[in-house]
Amino acid sequence: MIEPVFAVLVGTFIAAAAYLMLSRALVRVLLGIVLLGNGVNLLIFVAGRMTRAAPPIVPGGAEAIGGAAANPLPQALILTAIVIGFAMFAFLSVLVFRAYQDLDADHSDRMRVAEPEGQPDPPLEY
Amino acid sequence: MVDVVTPLSDWIVILPLVLCLMGAALLLVLRSFVRTQMWVCLVVVLLVLVCDVALAMRVFDDGPLAMTMGNWMPPFGISFTADMTGAGFALASAFVTLCVVLYMQSDTPESAVRDGVYPLVLLLLAGVTGSFLTGDLFNLYVWFEVMLIASFGLMVLAGKPLQLDATVKYGILNFLGTTLFLVGLGLLYGLIGTLNMADIVGRAPQADLAPLTAVAALFALAFGIKAAVFPVNAWLPASYHAPPPAISALMGALLTKVGAYALLRTLLMLLPAARETLSPVLLAVLVGGAVLGPLSAIAETNLRRAIGFILVGSIAILLLCVPNASPIAAGGAPSAASGGLLYAFHSILTFAALYLTAGLVERATGQTDTRQMRGLYAANSVLSVLFLVLILAVSGVPPFLGFWPKLVLLQGFVGTGDWLTTLTVLLNALLTLIAGSRLWSHIFWRGTAERAALPFRAVSATALLTLVIVALGLAPNVMIAAAQIAANDMLNPARYIASVGLAP
Repeated sequence: MIEPVFAVLVGTFIAAAAYLMLSRALVRVLLGIVLLGNGVNLLIFVAGRMTRAAPPIVPGGAEAIGGAAANPLPQALILTAIVIGFAMFAFLSVLVFRAYQDLDADHSDRMRVAEPEGQPDPPLEY
Repeated sequence: MVDVVTPLSDWIVILPLVLCLMGAALLLVLRSFVRTQMWVCLVVVLLVLVCDVALAMRVFDDGPLAMTMGNWMPPFGISFTADMTGAGFALASAFVTLCVVLYMQSDTPESAVRDGVYPLVLLLLAGVTGSFLTGDLFNLYVWFEVMLIASFGLMVLAGKPLQLDATVKYGILNFLGTTLFLVGLGLLYGLIGTLNMADIVGRAPQADLAPLTAVAALFALAFGIKAAVFPVNAWLPASYHAPPPAISALMGALLTKVGAYALLRTLLMLLPAARETLSPVLLAVLVGGAVLGPLSAIAETNLRRAIGFILVGSIAILLLCVPNASPIAAGGAPSAASGGLLYAFHSILTFAALYLTAGLVERATGQTDTRQMRGLYAANSVLSVLFLVLILAVSGVPPFLGFWPKLVLLQGFVGTGDWLTTLTVLLNALLTLIAGSRLWSHIFWRGTAERAALPFRAVSATALLTLVIVALGLAPNVMIAAAQIAANDMLNPARYIASVGLAP
């Protein structure tokens, strides 16, 4: 039974990702996103059950696999999630780099263009 | 293996999506023809709208329609399933996109067209339509990401510090939301071994309730982030005012509603047993959001940020039917669930129109802050009428569109003797009316201003959308009947499961 070990590993990944994403430095947040994505992929892999069965390949001429075979679906799901996660990470890295160039900030406390601080109070009369 | 070929007429389930994706590809091929981009985009969205109308009419008459891909039997192949909820929302989305594309031409610089703003709009519509029509939970995740990446592109396209700042917050928090959805998906697959929605309905009751509730809580959090439900809504007012108004309108109308739709779909239809455990938490959160959203709007002076806060309040009202949902007695009174679905439909149309009108106001005054706007009533009376009608529609004053969903919601809540939610809906309506009329009097009523010429096409696109909102408000019967069907299929999905081809 290897699943509990993997469950702990997934938990460690996600805890580390949460710690990194709570940081105000955007580079750490990005690293947290990568860790989180990997933790989730591992989670889907474990959710599909881990067995020592044969690879899920239908023999030539047959209609179905005879006997126990590994579950191919989680691998398809993970492959999709990896591709999407990688694309998102690529986009976000470029975005954070552009923000660093244009706003001169990689710290979320200093990114206040969209929500300016110290605005005067809203008008009280019409 | 499926030997029966799907009848050609059933392909209408997938047609809106194919048109969007093909249209986006075509626009990319034609990217050097800057002038034709908008027209091609318009024609594609029009075709999508026609397909969505046909699909909605068919679903309205005959019940849910499904198609399973790739020669695999359901639940193994990926199913597309259009029920009244999905088809109705897809229809509203396509119509809103049509108006936004009409509007966009006037405030989109040529550089944005070269950078592919129109293909991105079509990809966004593809993601939204796919999310509404898919019958597979993992496929829903994929459409979420299609929608997300298109919306990133649209939001950051202008590339000024304002948009970069907003997109960083929007992007990171929304990506976190979809990743949490993926966590829930993985756990659900581990628990019940299926991701086909119709199959989940059948198998979820046999699973252990405690882990199932954890999965439902993860879904609620993930879709709550996407829909900007109150304690996790901070990204919405931080980002929706940054892109050009037409893009704000698309996002405000479609993206939050897709999150709300996914929340309704998972908690109402897929995991009803787990919903009951989550109800008290959801109720507290939604009551908070429904009151605090419009209160924040009263204290906000940036026009589109204020609308963002009103949107946060309206999302809370939309979802209030989740903690209250009870199965409908045969031929009984309208339930809260049908009110919630109707509210989502209204919210898609009305918020798009409100953001577009805000764009026109910003254009006429050259300001984004209502403190600096004045005297538009005399200068542009058409705008003042549009804005007032939409404010009344948003707050739910009869006879405008927003009134009917709130009426059905209240009938449901009063019917079950749920006074907290009843009072919340009424208080939210009052506060929204105060916030909206305050914005109106600041922008239009005080001082004087010079008349500014507005682009005809942008005004007529906004007026078209507003006219449809008024017309639907005057003739709501078909809409209410459709919402009843939608809620029935959501709470008692026997027809949905049968259409996919599984035994209920």
